Amino acid sequence: MDSIYKSLAEIVGEGYVSSQPEELYIYSKDLGTTEPRRPDYAVAPKTTEEVQQIVELANREKIPIVPLGGGLSLAGLAVPLRGGIVLDIKRMDRIIEVNEKARYVLVECGVSQGQLFSYLERHHPSLRHSEPGAPPQATIAGNIAIHGQGDLAQVYGFNSDMVNGLEVVLPTGEVCKIGSCSISSGWFTLHPLPDLGLFFGWAGTTGIITKLSLRLFPSKKIRDVEQFVVEDAELVPEIVYKITHTEMAEDIVAWSQAVPAAVSGLHQVNILMTADSEKELEFKKGLFWDDILGEYIRNGDGGFVGLTPALKASLVQRPQITTTLAADFKKGGGFEYVGAIMPVETYPECYRRGAEISSRHNIPYTVLGRVIGRSHAMMFSWTYAFNRADPESIRQAKEALHESDDLALELGGTIWKPGVYGQKLVMERMEPNTLKLMKKIKELLDPNGIMNPGNWEVM
Amino acid sequence: MALANYKYKDMIHRCFRCGYCKFPGDWIDVNSCPAYARFRLESYSTGGRLWLIRAWLNNEIDWTERLAKIVYSCTECRNCVERCPIGFSGDIVDMVIAARGEMVERGSIPSAVKDFLENIQRQGNPYGNARIKRGEWVEGTGIKKYEGQEFLYYVGCVGSYDTRAKETAKTLGEVLLKAGVSFGVLGNEENCDGNEVSKLGEESLFQLLAEENIQKFKDLGVKKIVTLSPHSYNAIRNDYPKFDGSFEVFHYTQLLRDLIKGGMLDVSGGFNTRVTYHDPCFLGRWNKEYDAPREVLNTIPGIELLEMERNRGDALCCGGGGGNFYTDFLGGSEDSPARIRIREAYATGASIVAVACPNCMTMLEDAVKAEGLEERLKIRDISEIVGEACLVKRAE
Repeated sequence: MDSIYKSLAEIVGEGYVSSQPEELYIYSKDLGTTEPRRPDYAVAPKTTEEVQQIVELANREKIPIVPLGGGLSLAGLAVPLRGGIVLDIKRMDRIIEVNEKARYVLVECGVSQGQLFSYLERHHPSLRHSEPGAPPQATIAGNIAIHGQGDLAQVYGFNSDMVNGLEVVLPTGEVCKIGSCSISSGWFTLHPLPDLGLFFGWAGTTGIITKLSLRLFPSKKIRDVEQFVVEDAELVPEIVYKITHTEMAEDIVAWSQAVPAAVSGLHQVNILMTADSEKELEFKKGLFWDDILGEYIRNGDGGFVGLTPALKASLVQRPQITTTLAADFKKGGGFEYVGAIMPVETYPECYRRGAEISSRHNIPYTVLGRVIGRSHAMMFSWTYAFNRADPESIRQAKEALHESDDLALELGGTIWKPGVYGQKLVMERMEPNTLKLMKKIKELLDPNGIMNPGNWEVM
Repeated sequence: MALANYKYKDMIHRCFRCGYCKFPGDWIDVNSCPAYARFRLESYSTGGRLWLIRAWLNNEIDWTERLAKIVYSCTECRNCVERCPIGFSGDIVDMVIAARGEMVERGSIPSAVKDFLENIQRQGNPYGNARIKRGEWVEGTGIKKYEGQEFLYYVGCVGSYDTRAKETAKTLGEVLLKAGVSFGVLGNEENCDGNEVSKLGEESLFQLLAEENIQKFKDLGVKKIVTLSPHSYNAIRNDYPKFDGSFEVFHYTQLLRDLIKGGMLDVSGGFNTRVTYHDPCFLGRWNKEYDAPREVLNTIPGIELLEMERNRGDALCCGGGGGNFYTDFLGGSEDSPARIRIREAYATGASIVAVACPNCMTMLEDAVKAEGLEERLKIRDISEIVGEACLVKRAE
């Protein structure tokens, strides 16, 4: 038994470390198309102190560490590109505090979306978080770390904009608190202390988030959704712009897909709204239908989609199951998508070019744009299902994904949670001094280069 | 290539590893998969197990003792079947069983599983205890051998040999006598029902056991069977028909419910305490029987029935399925599913955990001791609760 294994076993206990082929196989894999790479160890710590000790060990031994939450980035961000230790943080799953008056929750990094959702429903039903639509195993911290967006994106922005504070273990092993928690016991604000936001979007290369304080928002009694459909993709940006002006919608998602054939080429705009009374709900619906969408209906440019109760229920449910079902489109167990943060006005071109890429790769197109802020941007996704048992299917999906990465940047957007391929594209276009700053930050925080190496490597 | 011969070769790759299989219906915790709760490494989750099975059959990884333990750590509780959103969900547990079958064919199974199966083959029970001792539990009860009565009371291996479970076998028999039910037992002639044998992947042995049992039952003219264990209930009800063995099968809680309702069993003696009920997997998720045990408990005066947070289709498995009550792959930790379940039971405020399965009885009684709750929480089979209420037996 090697000395590193022994040290890890002393830190977390024999049962929570493995260098066996079974764990090395499983932890080498991403759920998407990223090529697997084997770690040397898989470790599941329980406390911040254990994480700290592991990081200190990794620095001494110059061995990489790759933090892993739910493993649902679908971009290979937790594949250990240079081997080392995969740190499965899901045992750190305590919900530490819910502060109702200040509307925040303090969680450990391994708390899952499902767990938080359920906990709030049971114990704090007037509060909710921005639920990202990922499978419930996805962790709160992991989603924040990749700048995820949820069903409150249109109102409040990225999920990473909803953070009040962090506890992190730096790559050199120090435990650091960021936000009001660094000077008091309250975790209610990140600002106005000096900005130390160095841990989001970095793919775990700057440290390990061990605790996180997340803003919560009012949870209303009624959830409803309306769906509007247009044939002309060019109309989508202006429709979205007008709906966001009302400041009455919650989640706004524009989407189009090839299957079933009846909807192919059409553009659906789902408007999710919540209310505490029927009166409030009807008022909001009146704004959308009478004041905005009615004009398009009268002009023959769009229509109201009648949703059955079952379909409505599936669209408003939390957590959302539809994301996972995409994995079974080809009865193949897999899908991956390029998510890009794009100007809303690029929706038509994103759709057209995406449909073309899908067609060339024999994949029915599936595109979606979730509005962030008041039309400030959208997360636009090109989704490619593949069959895990068919290498050709995987190859086609991978090619389509790379082309979509290229497309996002060509159209003036940026790639959300890019894998290594997308990271390189972004860095090639990046302003040189910005790139230098990234390099400085990484070298300062991680002088031994142990944190998820291979990601955001500035040459 | 082994994958080409695997029964589920066309679907095992469809697992996305979304992780739904770890959760109960309301997402509150990831420990609803007993093996994942115990080990918290991805290899032990349902999705991890399916990916490893595929990798092994595809020659990407070699067979190891550890791989076998991972495959055999599944208790077949079917939580994953209930929760998986992918279209193949109904076959998930069968995929694991089929993989075990592949290991059995190669002789590549964990030694504890080998012992389990060999003991059944030799002595008709997993403990390896002598066949002639199987019927000893009947002594002093007045329970008769089956000779054409209305019901065959089928006790099963755990009820016949496990010290604690034998008490429940006796008590149930005495309750049935009190209710005037016409029944008999096979005693030493009873053989293993084979439920665990089948779930451990030894299909040939299971077929042998099933066919022998079916012939025996037919020769004796058995039409109705009441089982102590949900495991027996599952095998005889759902699998024996494949071998031309169709009988009217009841789990004992179903019969007790009908007897109480029909006035044949007087439970007015009551049972004054707060009780929580643990749904056994082979009665609950496998056979969708969640109500009969509750109906029995609710008819007994004095019982305040408290539900655990995870109940019915969301009940956390005790960890005893898949032979784990014997092989104990999930023991040895405060995160063992049985200990988690006992903590949940204790949190209800109940002082009694009612069970309807001798495997659950074994697992949860050990867990109570491990949690240091012996003075505050007792495990009682529903037959024992009914026994006290109808004055057959006083609980200690």
